[in-house]
Amino acid sequence: MGIVKTDKLVFEYIRRDEEGNVEGITRAVDEVSLDVKQGDFVAILGHNGSGKSTLAKHINAILYPTEGTVFVDGKNTSDEGNLWDIRQEAGMVFQNPDNQIIGQVVEEDVGFGPENLGVPTKEIWERVEESLKAVGMYEFRKYSPNKLSGGQKQRVSIAGVIAMHPKCIVLDEPTAMLDPNGRKEVIRAVRALNDVEGITVILITHYMEEIIHANKVFVMDKGKIAMEGTPREIFSQVDKLKKLRLDVPQVTLLAHELRESGFPIPEGILTKEELVKALGLS
Amino acid sequence: MLRDITLGQYYQADSVIHRLDPRVKLVTTVCFIISLFLVDNWIGYLIAGLFLLMIIRLSKVPFKFMIRGMKSILFLLIFAAVFNLFLTPGEVVLSFWKLKITREGIRFAAFMAVRLVFLIMGSSIMTLTTTPNNLTDGLEKLLGPLKVLKVPVHEIAMMMSIALRFIPILLEETDKIMKAQIARGADFESGNLIRKAKSLVPLLVPLFISAFRRANDLAMAMEARCYRGGEHRTKMKPLIYRKADALAYGTVACYLVICITFGKILL
Amino acid sequence: MSIILDHVSHIYEEGMAMEHAALKDINLVIPDGQFIGLIGHTGSGKSTLVQHLNGLLAPTSGSVYFNGADIHEKDFDKKKLRSKVGLVFQYPEHQLFEIDVFSDVCFGPKNLGLDKKEVELRAYAALKQVGIEDEYFYQSPFDLSGGQKRRVAIAGVLAMKPEVLILDEPTAGLDPKGRDEILDQIAKLRKETGITVILVSHSMEDVAKYVDRIIVMNRGQIMFDDAPKAVFGHYKELEAVGLAAPQVTYIMQALKEKGLDVDTDITTIEEARIAILKALRG
Repeated sequence: MGIVKTDKLVFEYIRRDEEGNVEGITRAVDEVSLDVKQGDFVAILGHNGSGKSTLAKHINAILYPTEGTVFVDGKNTSDEGNLWDIRQEAGMVFQNPDNQIIGQVVEEDVGFGPENLGVPTKEIWERVEESLKAVGMYEFRKYSPNKLSGGQKQRVSIAGVIAMHPKCIVLDEPTAMLDPNGRKEVIRAVRALNDVEGITVILITHYMEEIIHANKVFVMDKGKIAMEGTPREIFSQVDKLKKLRLDVPQVTLLAHELRESGFPIPEGILTKEELVKALGLS
Repeated sequence: MLRDITLGQYYQADSVIHRLDPRVKLVTTVCFIISLFLVDNWIGYLIAGLFLLMIIRLSKVPFKFMIRGMKSILFLLIFAAVFNLFLTPGEVVLSFWKLKITREGIRFAAFMAVRLVFLIMGSSIMTLTTTPNNLTDGLEKLLGPLKVLKVPVHEIAMMMSIALRFIPILLEETDKIMKAQIARGADFESGNLIRKAKSLVPLLVPLFISAFRRANDLAMAMEARCYRGGEHRTKMKPLIYRKADALAYGTVACYLVICITFGKILL
Repeated sequence: MSIILDHVSHIYEEGMAMEHAALKDINLVIPDGQFIGLIGHTGSGKSTLVQHLNGLLAPTSGSVYFNGADIHEKDFDKKKLRSKVGLVFQYPEHQLFEIDVFSDVCFGPKNLGLDKKEVELRAYAALKQVGIEDEYFYQSPFDLSGGQKRRVAIAGVLAMKPEVLILDEPTAGLDPKGRDEILDQIAKLRKETGITVILVSHSMEDVAKYVDRIIVMNRGQIMFDDAPKAVFGHYKELEAVGLAAPQVTYIMQALKEKGLDVDTDITTIEEARIAILKALRG
């Protein structure tokens, strides 16, 4: 069993009108089964409202399944005795950079998690230092978070999670509110975590260029897993992605269009070098 | 505008005052405020002023920065001064129409103004040199004994710390929503009181919604990072008194004695 | 009919320690009917610039003219200006406040002092322009999806019948389909009404597809102001300030290097497809 495993996970919530009467039941996650191995870089794609964030919140035991089960490192999230272990092992970074920083100074915020875990003072400092270094924010340790850019704030949030020494980190659209430079910064930091520290990464996003480095991609639609595979396998299905309200990097799209026009190029071109090669130019 | 409020903001610098234990700063601030209300002559205020000036210099917070923070309470200041100026009975110096200015009134108004300015400056210097986390740590520790009486000291401290962290964010947000509604033709300035109050609806509704959304997000983020109240928690920056803190307590004690002796008892 | 910025500078916190110039000596003419893309990374001054166009901010030096009149003259009617120059802020859905969609859109025209009939006609027309169906009119704006909320907010500005519509990153946080829908809607609106549109964006890809003029801001100054092809020709300078030409421009560059006879100033997928096919088939 992998580090994160869901088995026929269903999550339903009840919609109520203003008087509190039940209007209906929405199935946000619908029989999702997935298995993530230690050290994987997994991307979960999907348009807004596809259920991807709801799924993510199950991995950190913020939400509990209506049906089915979620295991983190072999521990069932529905079992209350496992709660704190699971939250320590599966860290979570959220979308809005302002709404997840608790400390007024960068280093204090990074120390918040270890403090909650009861880590001794001296070790907290060591953890804060190594975490901030891992995301390249060490020189900003004395700054007020309000003085940082969006990308820097998200890197601080990531450091705050690493300081808890998790096995797995779930990032719920960490780049949705950032500008292109901020997005690059954050993705670079996330990749380094995965490559260097070997932390399992589950990245939730709707930006296609961010998933190229993943070794497995799940595409969600209406609470279900609609597609599953390597980035190349996913990007080979341009028309299907478009139906799911997503798009592909421009180079992939161009290759696809050329193919549609009758040019014999393989599907799933990911870089311009591949396109050059496919056109027989090198 | 809204950005000018210095109360509750941290000014980053490396100074003796910044490094002091927050408990020292809290106790000093309280002592300073008490001293302001005890003294009732110019020498007392002069001593208090010098003490304040010394702290400001030591804190490396630019004086300009402090002054700018005062702008936001100017109205309160004038109001309090005028109120005292006209409504204190005593020996009349000047009178026109139904208004009388008395010698006691002038004295009282001036004292009131000085007291208010010192009070705001004194407490701003505390918040400017202490991070809210540090401040609430100090408060938590000082109020610690109240835990015996089932007072949720840790929770109160955490709430304050979060409130302080979000003040600048919400101020900025207010500014933004205001501009957006002005761009839609909203008018926040003209009209009588009722119209003005009504015109605030397009500002307050989005602001509250945003505040609730943020609170919700933050609660989730804190839970995700294993926050579960004050139990089991360790401290990254535990409070330990150092030599400088003892020195500071000594200085404050001396100040209190001098200030009260000259400002109250002797004259 | 035009907006003219004459030697406009804007300095925040003038005279204070934190003083910084957000705009430095900007000269700009915005004639009727153009579709303009305003590009720059966070902190380049583009948000400050657009707030000068409708008088929300006043220049610390220099003047702004609307149809020949200085907008900071004493007797200039600023409220009227704001109805003529509509500004849609980033995340405009955060400014919704009324109990239903229709009343919210009425807020702008009502502030202009129009009679009830006219207010409602305009609100109706504006909601139609952004593609909101009748069935949503009497729902609470807070019950809509993210994309719908954003359209309602845009309608709120359109209902004032502006001659110039400024949108500050109208696609931030939307998924790819949502992004395309909003931009297509804006392009359609412009075609139908001939209104001037200024699109503030981080994304070169988005802008390249729609606009006929690009203004690039950097450190409070205008770096380039030209037709898209001409601006993207400076891709090396753009990169130096943390911006980039659309990905497709780089693809064409790579193809050209490998000896394919194509223009390198291509900025959209469609152009690229045609050019490559032409070059390959001779």
